[in-house]
Amino acid sequence: MNAPVVRLYALVLLLFGLLVYFTSKWAVFDAESLEQRPENRRPLIAEQQIPRGDITTADGVLLAESLPQGQGRRPVFVRRYPAPDPATFGNPVGYSFVDVGRTGIELSENRLLSGEQNEFASILDQLRDVPPEGADITLTIDAEAQRTAVQALQSAVGPGVGGSVVALEPDTGAVKVMASVPGFDPNVVRNEQTFSQLSEQGTTSPLFNRPTQGTYEPGSTMKVVTVAAALDSAEVDPDTTINADSPKEISGFPLENSGGQSFGEIDATSALTNSVNTYWAQVGERLGTGTYLSYMDRFGFNTDPPLDYPDDQMAPSGVYEAGRLLGSGAAIDIGRVAIGQERLLATPLQMAEVAATIANGGTLMKPTFLLEAKDPDGRTIRELDADPESRAISEETAAQVAEMMTNVANEGTASGLSVSTGAGTLAGKTGTAEIDVEQRLNRAWFIGFAPVDEPQIAVAAMIERCTACFGGEVAGPIATEVMNTLLEG
Amino acid sequence: MSARNRELLALLPVALLVIGGFSAVFIVESEQIGDLSLIYGGYFFALCLIAHVLIRIRLPDADPYLFPLAALLAAVGMVVVYRIDDGLAGRQASLFLLGLVFFAATIIWLRDYRALERYRYLIAVGSIVLLFSPFLLRNQVNEAYLQVNLGPLSFQPSEFAKIGVIVFLASYLAENREMLSVAARKFLGITIPPLKHFGPLIAVWGAAMLMLFVVRDLGSSVMFFGGFLAVLYVATSRLSYVIAGLGLFLAGAGFLARRTPHVQDRVDIWLDPFAGGKNAPEGAGQIQQSLFAQADGGLFGTGLGESLLRLPGPFFPPDCTEGFPFCGSILPEPHTDFIYAVVVSELGLFGGAGLVLIYALLAARGFKTALIARDAFSKLLAAGLTAVFALQTFVIIGGVTKVIPLTGVTLPFVSYGGTSVVANMILIALLMLISNDARRPRSRRLPGEDLGGAPA
Repeated sequence: MNAPVVRLYALVLLLFGLLVYFTSKWAVFDAESLEQRPENRRPLIAEQQIPRGDITTADGVLLAESLPQGQGRRPVFVRRYPAPDPATFGNPVGYSFVDVGRTGIELSENRLLSGEQNEFASILDQLRDVPPEGADITLTIDAEAQRTAVQALQSAVGPGVGGSVVALEPDTGAVKVMASVPGFDPNVVRNEQTFSQLSEQGTTSPLFNRPTQGTYEPGSTMKVVTVAAALDSAEVDPDTTINADSPKEISGFPLENSGGQSFGEIDATSALTNSVNTYWAQVGERLGTGTYLSYMDRFGFNTDPPLDYPDDQMAPSGVYEAGRLLGSGAAIDIGRVAIGQERLLATPLQMAEVAATIANGGTLMKPTFLLEAKDPDGRTIRELDADPESRAISEETAAQVAEMMTNVANEGTASGLSVSTGAGTLAGKTGTAEIDVEQRLNRAWFIGFAPVDEPQIAVAAMIERCTACFGGEVAGPIATEVMNTLLEG
Repeated sequence: MSARNRELLALLPVALLVIGGFSAVFIVESEQIGDLSLIYGGYFFALCLIAHVLIRIRLPDADPYLFPLAALLAAVGMVVVYRIDDGLAGRQASLFLLGLVFFAATIIWLRDYRALERYRYLIAVGSIVLLFSPFLLRNQVNEAYLQVNLGPLSFQPSEFAKIGVIVFLASYLAENREMLSVAARKFLGITIPPLKHFGPLIAVWGAAMLMLFVVRDLGSSVMFFGGFLAVLYVATSRLSYVIAGLGLFLAGAGFLARRTPHVQDRVDIWLDPFAGGKNAPEGAGQIQQSLFAQADGGLFGTGLGESLLRLPGPFFPPDCTEGFPFCGSILPEPHTDFIYAVVVSELGLFGGAGLVLIYALLAARGFKTALIARDAFSKLLAAGLTAVFALQTFVIIGGVTKVIPLTGVTLPFVSYGGTSVVANMILIALLMLISNDARRPRSRRLPGEDLGGAPA
């Protein structure tokens, strides 16, 4: 009877081996896929047990903090946005709540904020029994300038109309202002009902971050790209004269100057100062689609901006058809693209990058929000690292374009504008895109930088809709007000 | 070294585990539990020492490792239950005392365990009545009849019945095994024993089917039928019987499963616990949570007291009046059915494998006892009890790890609950009685005892 007993034990060992095999399957080999299953609430709960780091502006305004809820050894933390005017910062900061998810900087900097770190460091922490804690981050955003921008936009636009301002530090790419109007208070998004209300407000949707997601006809601000491309490729120089009568036939259709004005034979400088459509459209045609699009690429068009921001909250700028970007192979009326018409759409961030590139001697810097990140022990773990994205144009070309843009502010379409650093220190370009000729509805733009000699700030300001208005009148003052706040600060 | 001294030495790891485990949990959870609760550990270990002294007196020759291994499992159970809830650990320590009382009673009053043979039909009938008592009392929990409630007392009769059934089978087969294996005829190459002797065995199969259908207890049914096949195999050495029995069981279970939604659901959940999404049958969430808890464990686990069990803050259900861990736990029934998942979550794959290893060692000592037992009844009883113990372990851990469909049996000695501890303590006591008898030196044997069978 002993042999069956031994075989029976062998069977028991086999069955127990099966138990160990399956345990190893769940605990080790399949653990990762189990952790990612949607039914698994553990990561969600664990995540909320980590106090997320604070978000502060460069000038020390606390924008986001985590507060404990419930008692016990392991409380749950809930996000709060404590600024007195949270809606001013709703975009671009975004929000982070269990029920509605995460957007904006809360999403793009989630790894830092939730204290996610490399495997080795987390094992060390486990050994030291340190509960995970998020890093505090300081944004490049200047709260005072952001407030200036939002207030200026709010007083300039009517109800239901959007607008945005982007201000960049040309040599670092630091985003000093990213204002989107109408804004939203991230504290109320936590409520799912309010969230769906906010989401359903169509084109005026306040959750929509206009500076990075909104694409608009850039109008004459695009001429800065055209000048830069034309000078850099030596197609024209500032003194090249071209007949700029109105109308001129571009791509088989007559193109008019603003007010139907004919300028005769003029040079490039005065053509930019007076924003002459027919001159720059002809330059665009001389450059040709291939060359022009490649210069657009160098300025950052045709791809998502290299900003540390969620991909689905950024739109690339470029020539669109049916929601898709057109390449150099497509039939494009490049003359009209060169003056910001055709099917060209650009984000305010993109146009701010154009101004910043000229200000920075032709080098486009990667825009960034992150000034500094400190771990819970106060050690700096990340710092702003000025990172060039591409060389768009040569330094000489940039200087020439800057000079021509200074002329625009001195005596051209932006001659009503000035900044606190003194007369002649502002370089800019206005833009007025007609969106409804019959109702005389325009989009108003201004892009520029100051001071010209040593640029500290580059700005793009945009008003989605105004009646019978010009960029220099509506968007320009908003831009200079923001510049002044930053230059004085 | 004498067997008893080895036993005492083997209790050392138990002491270490209890002290280390309780301290670890206490340090982690000290905000939620009082330092008085540390005493449960000391109390538990003191009980083990008292039992050891009793064994020294009454069973001097018994296997030295059976009791320390059982105590080690109980210690693991104490620590994990303490981690889940310190109040439960207090009760678990008292239940362990109850288990030891039954252990002592068994070794004192049943010194001559062969006397059980005389009452085998009584025991068989008693076991069957026990098994069906929850059904007769109409006490349905989760669509199954598992529990008997007598006033404040409630217990799972199947835990006791499993011992009774094995006693009956061992006794019956010890007497009839030769008939079954020798007097069998061959038909088409298949050995068929005479019906007269096979009748009671068909009855066992019928009882298992009836349990599955009426009591709806898949776990116990598997456990009993497996134990039955194990004893039958040891008695006859015929694999053909086992295969035939297994075939009959699977056919019957398959047939019944399709007609019992409760059983069918469990099988569906087992096949794919993530099928059906929101329309998944009730209970799919349990096995999902079990797998998620184990996935949290990894190789070494999160550490005692460190895994997510009690739902924090706003996640805790407001209607949880019974209190944690009866509700408000992310892993349902963490202290009973799913305690193995807690072990893997907090002690990792190594902790889980270590626990299985203890069961394997205990099974080894049980089968060793069967090998050295001196008569057929003792051999069959030791092998049967060990097999049913090992099978119970496999059925519940297998259910929790999705090796087989989940069924509601307890993890011997580790799960919270009195019935399990008491019944398994009796089981260990029986094994130790057999072992004491088998290992007794010739000099101390009674005259004529060497011939096997009960002393005249």
